[in-house]
Amino acid sequence: MSTAHIELTDVMHDDHGHHDQSFISKYIFSTDHKTIAKQFLISGIFWALIGGILSLIFRLQLGFPNMDMSWLQPFLGHWINVDPTSGVGKLDTEFYLALVTMHGTIMVFFVLTAGLSGTFSNFLIPLQIGARDMASGFMNMLSYWFFFASSVIMFSSMFISTGPAAGGWVIYPPLSALPQAISGSGLGMTLWLASMALFIVSTLLGGINYIATVINLRTDGMSFSKLPLTIWAFFLTAVIGLLSFPVLLSAALLLILDRSFGTSFYLSEIYIGGEALPNLGGSPILYQHLFWFLGHPEVYIVLLPSLGITSEIISTNSRKPIFGYRAMIGSMMGIAVLSFVVWAHHMFVSGLNPFVGSIFVLLTLIIAVPSAIKAFNYITTLWKGNIVFTPAMLFSIGLVSFFIAGGITGIFLGNAALDIQLHDTYFVVAHFHLVMGSAAFFGMVAGVYHWFPKMFGRMMDRKLGYIHFWVSFIGIYSVFFPMHYIGIAGFPRRYYSFTNFDAFSSFTDLNAFISIAAGVTFLAQLLFVFNFFYSMFKGKRATANPWKSNTLEWTTPINPGHGNWPGPIPKVYRWPYDYSKPPTEEYWEKMTEEEKENWPDFIPQTVPYSETPESNLPHEQELAEKEKKEDKGIEIE
Amino acid sequence: MQSLLLGISVVLVLVILFMIFKLTTLIGVAKGSKSDEDAGSNKVNAGLMLAFLIVSGIATVWSSVAWFKDYHIPIASEHGEVTDQLFWITMVITGIAFVITQILLFYFAFRYRHSKKSVAKYYPDNSKLELLWTTVPAIVLTILILYGLKVWNNVMGPAPEDAEVIEVMGAQFAWRFRYPGEDNELGRYDYRKIDGSNEFGMDLSDKNSFDDFNANELHLPKGKPVLLKIRARDVLHSVFLPQFRLKMDAVPGMPTQFWFVPTKTTAEMRQETNNPDFNYELACTEICGKGHFSMKKIVVVDEPADYEAWKKQQKTWLSLNPDYLSQVPEDLKEMAMISANIEDNESKDSSL
Repeated sequence: MSTAHIELTDVMHDDHGHHDQSFISKYIFSTDHKTIAKQFLISGIFWALIGGILSLIFRLQLGFPNMDMSWLQPFLGHWINVDPTSGVGKLDTEFYLALVTMHGTIMVFFVLTAGLSGTFSNFLIPLQIGARDMASGFMNMLSYWFFFASSVIMFSSMFISTGPAAGGWVIYPPLSALPQAISGSGLGMTLWLASMALFIVSTLLGGINYIATVINLRTDGMSFSKLPLTIWAFFLTAVIGLLSFPVLLSAALLLILDRSFGTSFYLSEIYIGGEALPNLGGSPILYQHLFWFLGHPEVYIVLLPSLGITSEIISTNSRKPIFGYRAMIGSMMGIAVLSFVVWAHHMFVSGLNPFVGSIFVLLTLIIAVPSAIKAFNYITTLWKGNIVFTPAMLFSIGLVSFFIAGGITGIFLGNAALDIQLHDTYFVVAHFHLVMGSAAFFGMVAGVYHWFPKMFGRMMDRKLGYIHFWVSFIGIYSVFFPMHYIGIAGFPRRYYSFTNFDAFSSFTDLNAFISIAAGVTFLAQLLFVFNFFYSMFKGKRATANPWKSNTLEWTTPINPGHGNWPGPIPKVYRWPYDYSKPPTEEYWEKMTEEEKENWPDFIPQTVPYSETPESNLPHEQELAEKEKKEDKGIEIE
Repeated sequence: MQSLLLGISVVLVLVILFMIFKLTTLIGVAKGSKSDEDAGSNKVNAGLMLAFLIVSGIATVWSSVAWFKDYHIPIASEHGEVTDQLFWITMVITGIAFVITQILLFYFAFRYRHSKKSVAKYYPDNSKLELLWTTVPAIVLTILILYGLKVWNNVMGPAPEDAEVIEVMGAQFAWRFRYPGEDNELGRYDYRKIDGSNEFGMDLSDKNSFDDFNANELHLPKGKPVLLKIRARDVLHSVFLPQFRLKMDAVPGMPTQFWFVPTKTTAEMRQETNNPDFNYELACTEICGKGHFSMKKIVVVDEPADYEAWKKQQKTWLSLNPDYLSQVPEDLKEMAMISANIEDNESKDSSL
């Protein structure tokens, strides 16, 4: 098998006039979408671990407020204040805010945007639409290296003496604009803004490429109505990103001007540090509008790719077509459009005009309809399936569960009258960690388990995958489900401790439990990291199509080279969801028992209708006739 | 509560141990035929799906009942009754959807686990079914929107004319309160006039400011509409009064407001909660810096008569800071001294 593969790649290289690549051009400054995808994935895993560790530190503080943290001093230095007489170490209250800020920034942008879209859009778009590579391999490479530079800056901001940005991941001014308000708004915020500017460049370079590739480089026969839902999801995600990220850049730019060049876009009538600032006429609300104009679509930027991945995995492993393919596309389009007109539901109690608020109530709750359709369609896909529980399938089912649990609480928060009480409480924390954090994260992990064989030619260990899933799934629910109670009780987010308030003095045991559950969940992720790197080198060798899937990527060699297919790119004839397609009644009667037993439960996209007369539906039979004519026509020419 | 936590932890550990047990027993099989391995773990996972549904269902019901008094905090405002009603109606409607979908999800996963004998049903779409679950959520959501907007517009509507006006100002890291005094009109302010004593930046050329007084606790009259005029001095803050179901950001440069009617005095609430130490508290819910979690003030709801008596006892800001009489225009000085209740000799002393 391996010799055959080498021959194939050699042929491919001849085809394109490639020469042996040096280590640097193959693994570092690579323009191959598959390598770039792996670069994004490994960077994403790195960031996920950092983001996870940060959350463990602040969970220690929240779960065990009386704990002596002096043992953390070797790592955190002056952010642990050690009492000189008792020797008891306490987490610095401002560093606590830096932790939640960096946790949010890292998870939302570096893990669930770059790590998720960067990995799977890059990896799957060319492979699933039948393209040799991205429209621009060079821009794709730049996209990764801008992300890398952005990562280096963000990472280094955690080690400066004034600390990283600490004004929350939304960096609302004036807090983020004034170093005298919080020390993280000094150099830390400057680095945050510089890093995010590069990050946005990276996202835009990637996004343009994804869109151009999907529109222009689909193989013969791969019409939009035959695209796998993964590609639909990545495509729409890229469109959303392309339209919304520039707005974040402008928001950041105005903030930079306010911070360093004395403008007053967001600042007005501020008295701080014994001094009245000269800024007049700016509006902090303006920043919130600009931020959430990206910020809300951003939720779907992290969620849609995961929903696409899940659609593919649930269909494959239920051995059933995805239910309501067109409705799935329609609802994703609906979500993509609506995601731009719901942003102000983050601002119901910001001082926004209540009438404007009521319009956003209406628009926000409308977006629940396409989301509901998606959830019902996933469930119906499972119905009467023949479900194979691969680790990827388990994580996909987990995603659907989180998506429902977190989506439903959105109906509370989107209703302005309820948001008065729930806004900025743990109810919100529970809501978005389930619906966007955990759901998107599960989609990403599911994708890694599912496409690992295509990425590395080896299988990840199933059993470790099962343990990883069950501990993560139960762990995540144990962390975030109880937070709803804490939120309904009114506990505010971003509180270092609750002991100052009688109103927030309950639930100390529950907070400890949540912290323990978070720790267990994090440990399970180490299992995944081990499985990932171990299987990369020592995993069982993959077969060509380990999940018996219909999509094009499984028609490439086990280790596809640069250019993906050694020969010509295969032609596509059908949609990607012909799983368990039965023979026609007429044919069924003629079949022998053996034929019935060996009836294949999947038909890849590359199989023409003319080869499957037994299972063609009437309108497909017409297509088969057409195919035959076309093939003849080509021969004549 | 601890027993449940313990219970959940035990279940968690049991699941892990069971998985590891399964793993070790199946290692032998793994070396043998591949299909056996898949079939075995497939059944285990299917079973765990069902087990998860049952255990988590029980945990959810138990916790929501057992912790009810912890998470259901008492209501002390008129609009709070209405928003809470909307909350619980939404909870019932979405709760039903949540329970049905989760049961179907996990039950289907269990029921339709892979078997060699069974064949999946080729069922790519069904327009009627899809239309059903587009329209039903759409109708339910429309009801919730209409109901929600009605409540929202009432809560956010204009305050009654006779509302008690109180200014709440957030600053790192404390709340400050200013009452309008007898005229029920707050004086103008200018942030450039803020200093160590004049924390509100009161503009003393406005005669409405003469009788304004500051307080360290937020006193409110029971049963009367109260209009909070909210502003911030440095960064964003947010006024949060949990029992009053009230939250509104404090924004530098853009005054905001929220009006409401307190319905229970502090004394009544102490009885209701069986807690003689109970106090209403004001918290900050917009990240504002390192002291964010400590921005607390006590809120006291009095019977209207007690409230009026309390107001009478308060000294005007100007009488406590007679130095600032120098900022009052000459022609208003006399008026200022009367409104602010300043004795003549004091003012002479200070002007010297």
